[in-house]
This record gives sequence, C-alpha cells and structure tokens, in this order.
Amino acid sequence: MNPIDYLMSGDVTLSDKLLEIFYVVNGIVALYTGWKNLNDAGNEHRVGSAVFWLLLGFLFIVGPWIPSEITGALVIVMVIPAILKRVAPGSGKDPDEGEMVGNYRSIGMKIFVPALCIGVFALAFALFTPISSLVGIGVGVLAAAFILRAYSKKNTPTVFLNDARRMLDAVGPLSLLPILLAGLGAVFTAAGVGEVISGLVSSVIPEGNLVVGIVVYAVGMAVFTMVMGNAFAAITVMTVGVGAPFVLALGADPVVVGSVALTCGYCGTLCTPMAANFNMVPVAILDMKDRNGVIKKQIPIALVMLAVQIVYMIVMA
Amino acid sequence: MELIKLIGIVIVVIGFALKLDSILVIMIAAVATALVSGLDPVVFLQTLGDSFVSNRSMLIFIIVMVVTGTLERNGLKQAAAALMRKVKSASAGVVIGIYGIFRLVFAAFNVSFGGVAGFVRPIVMPMAVAAGENRAGKVTDRYLEHMKGMASGMENVAWFFGQMLFVGTSGALLVQGTLRDLGYETELIDLMTVQIPIAVIATAVTIGFYLLLDRAYAKQSAQAEGPGVSAESIADDAKGE
Repeated sequence: MNPIDYLMSGDVTLSDKLLEIFYVVNGIVALYTGWKNLNDAGNEHRVGSAVFWLLLGFLFIVGPWIPSEITGALVIVMVIPAILKRVAPGSGKDPDEGEMVGNYRSIGMKIFVPALCIGVFALAFALFTPISSLVGIGVGVLAAAFILRAYSKKNTPTVFLNDARRMLDAVGPLSLLPILLAGLGAVFTAAGVGEVISGLVSSVIPEGNLVVGIVVYAVGMAVFTMVMGNAFAAITVMTVGVGAPFVLALGADPVVVGSVALTCGYCGTLCTPMAANFNMVPVAILDMKDRNGVIKKQIPIALVMLAVQIVYMIVMA
Repeated sequence: MELIKLIGIVIVVIGFALKLDSILVIMIAAVATALVSGLDPVVFLQTLGDSFVSNRSMLIFIIVMVVTGTLERNGLKQAAAALMRKVKSASAGVVIGIYGIFRLVFAAFNVSFGGVAGFVRPIVMPMAVAAGENRAGKVTDRYLEHMKGMASGMENVAWFFGQMLFVGTSGALLVQGTLRDLGYETELIDLMTVQIPIAVIATAVTIGFYLLLDRAYAKQSAQAEGPGVSAESIADDAKGE
C-alpha cells in the first residue's frame, strides 16, 4: 500500500493513521539532528553522525513503504557508523546555570505544567480515547511546547529543535538498544531458537507446571540481567526461551507475566556491578569509599521485591 | 545439532558480560543465528526490516526530546530543587524517603531532574546531612557513607519502578514488541496498570528499610568519638562543580 491509500483507507484505524503521522514528525527531528551534525564543524565525526541520524529519520518516515528487505539492509548500514564509533555529539551548547536560574526566576513552579503534560496526555489518550497513547505523547509534546512558548518569547521553534538535537546527541546510538534487541528477538523467533530452548529446558522443568515456569522465568530474568548488566537484553532472550514455552503457553496472562518479568530483571540490575551507570557511577559521583556501597544497600530490597513479584505473578496470572 | 542455534544467545550473554560494544554484539548475534539456522539472507533482512518498522514506537523518545531540553533550559531542575527544599524533616532517613516518593511520582510522568549527579549530590545529600546533624548531633564519615548509599539506592529503586508507571516507557514498549513477535497482543495501559502495586510496594519497602537503617546509623554516629563532617562543607562542595 502507498502512504496516500493508507491515510485514505477505511480499513486502517484513525489511531494507526495518526501514529504514522507522528512517526513522520519523529523522523523529521532525527533528520534535523543529522542535518545539523553534517554542517557542524565542531563535530569530530560529522559524516558518521550524519549517516546515522539521517538514515534513522529516513527509515522512520519511509520504512513502511519500501520493501522490508531494503529496510533491513538500511538498518544494518545505519548502525555501522555507531559500531565504528563514528557518531559523536555536535557543538550544541548546554544552557548555562545563569540562563536556567534566570528563567526559573521568571517562570517558577509553573514549569511543572508543561513538564507533566506528556504523561497526562499519554494517560488521557489511553483511558478516554480509542487512540494509541503514543499519539497522546505526541499531543502532549505539542501542548508542552505551546505552553513553554506562552511562558517565554525566547522559546522559538528553533530553540526546541536545537535542544532536541542536543539531547539526541547526548543519548547517542545506544538509545537504539531496545529496538535492535527487538530485532534480534524477531530473528531468534524466525530461526526457531525458542523451540530449541524449550526442548532443552523441558528436561529440567516439569512440563505443564505454571508455578515452576514462573519461578524459573523470574529468577532467570534477575540472574541473566546480573550477568549482562542490562534487563532489556535479558528479557529478549528469556521471553523467547522460557517465558513463551513454559509460562505463556500454559495460558498465563501475557500482560502480567511480560510486564513483571521486566521488573524482575530490574531486581538483578540493583545487584550487579555490571550495571555501572546505576551502581558504580554514583559511587564515583558521591566520592564513596566502598565501591559496592550502593549495591549493598540495594540487595535486600531486590531480594524482597523478587519474591513479591513471583508471588504476584503466580496469583495474578 | 539443533543446539548450534543457541549461538546468538551465547554471543549476547558473553558480549554484554565482557562489555563489548552493545550494538555490535546484537548485530553479530543476529547474523550468526541466521547463518547457523540456514535462514535465507533475504528473509533475514525482511525480518530485521519488519521488526524495525513495527517497533518504531520504541523510539518515541525522539519526539519527547523536543521539549526535554527546553524544559531544562527554562529552569525545571531549579523548580524541582526549590520544591524538594520545602521539605523540613527530622532525619536523614525521612529526607531520603521523601525524595523517593518525589522521584517515583515524577518518574510516572517521565520527568527526570538529573539523577545522582544532577540532583542527589547537589540537593538531596546536603539536606540529608543537615537533618542527620540535627538528629544525631554530628554526622561521622561512616554515617555519611551510609547516607550516600541509601540516597543512591532510593534513586535507583524509585526510578526503575516509577518509570514503568509511564504509559509508553521504553521498557514496556520492548515487552510489547517482544510479545507481539511471539503472537501475543498487549495494550500499553494494561502493562502499566499491573505495575502500580509493584511500584508502591518497592518504594514502601525501600523507605521502610532505610528508615530502620538510618535510625541505627544515627545512634552509632551520635555515640561515636571525634567530630563529624559538617552540612556546610557538603553543600559548598556541591556548589563548587
């Protein structure tokens, strides 16, 4: 189907049409980031950064309308500069303390109104409309931008775009981790990895025992996250291997099991030095003497919460 | 020899554990899995492409960035600090606990003020030390070390579980996408709702545990020999950076 037919089609829901339009806006922001980096003499890797962000924006907008094997190939091309460490932040400057304090003096606590807009709209769309909450996030962003503009004439569209570019530069290619992991999960499924694991694990887990399945899935999430230092990577692997064949296949509620499995992984995050951003960087920032000072304060909580969540899954699923 | 299909999982686990480039590890795992399973190259690219298109929702943070940076520029962190400083409390444990609730509530709206570097160190820690001094008479180095650990722990717990309360958080989107690949359709609002009790329990357990710990630490600190560190020195220290 081409984009015009898609937007005109009666078979496509309004929600999906609006979502597609918001993806275009997302794509434009990524394209802007790429364009600015391409023309930024202060960026040490102009070309790599531009290739990455421009392709991301392009795929966002055009991805659904071109053959999927081409989309797949372009995804691979897009991540090459990231792997080669050729994606760098540009010279967009962080606001200085004086500017932020000055704006705080004039705007004050009213700043919380636009800050909370996105969450409020996402929730309102989910609860009161048949339209995707993701569209709500987009509308919330728009509303927040209008409010900020009303607060201060200085908040022009260019300011928003340049700040967005600065933030995207700061998060960099690693922000693609979830979508790339989802792609890996899809390849696992296509290759039949799940069947192999279930064949293996079924010799260990008694088949048809939901409680044992849940315990293995939850504890597995925590342990895999501790080893990998990343719950997002763990959930892709564990859901295909254990969650689907030993829990979901027995008729457990995928909403409860899937959602809580991720937070079981977070319990692993609380216990591992592998999650350096959360457990080791604070030690340095706060000048702590004990390298494991943060983890030690989290392990008891992680154990309690793992137990709570296992019981919760067994009861609710 | 079906076992060879698990090569991708082995690559991911070892690659992440060795802290190799995450994106490289994922791509190698995907290619290796496709090769050993005899997946047709075109089908492999199609799988990757279809997955990217149907999971674009995971990148919705891009549009959120349009206001995140400008909110920061307009003094969001200063407003949050002023709000937090309104808390007048009797002990370090209570300061840390209130910060946990503060962090949880704002995390549910996807609003963040800079974590340990941007908020805990310059704002929460000086408040905690001042409260600890009031309560125990002085704050020893050891007590200070415990406070830092608890403040970081509170930050992590409230942020991890709190962000699951935001409809459309990237974790929930990844769960939704993974389940969709396996043939299960789920709604974001439902994935969020089941997390409400979990987030409340996690925050409550952490606050309760830290309040108990803080009581014991404050007592030890009061009875310890020698002078303590001063709240002013912590605050000045933070301002200096």
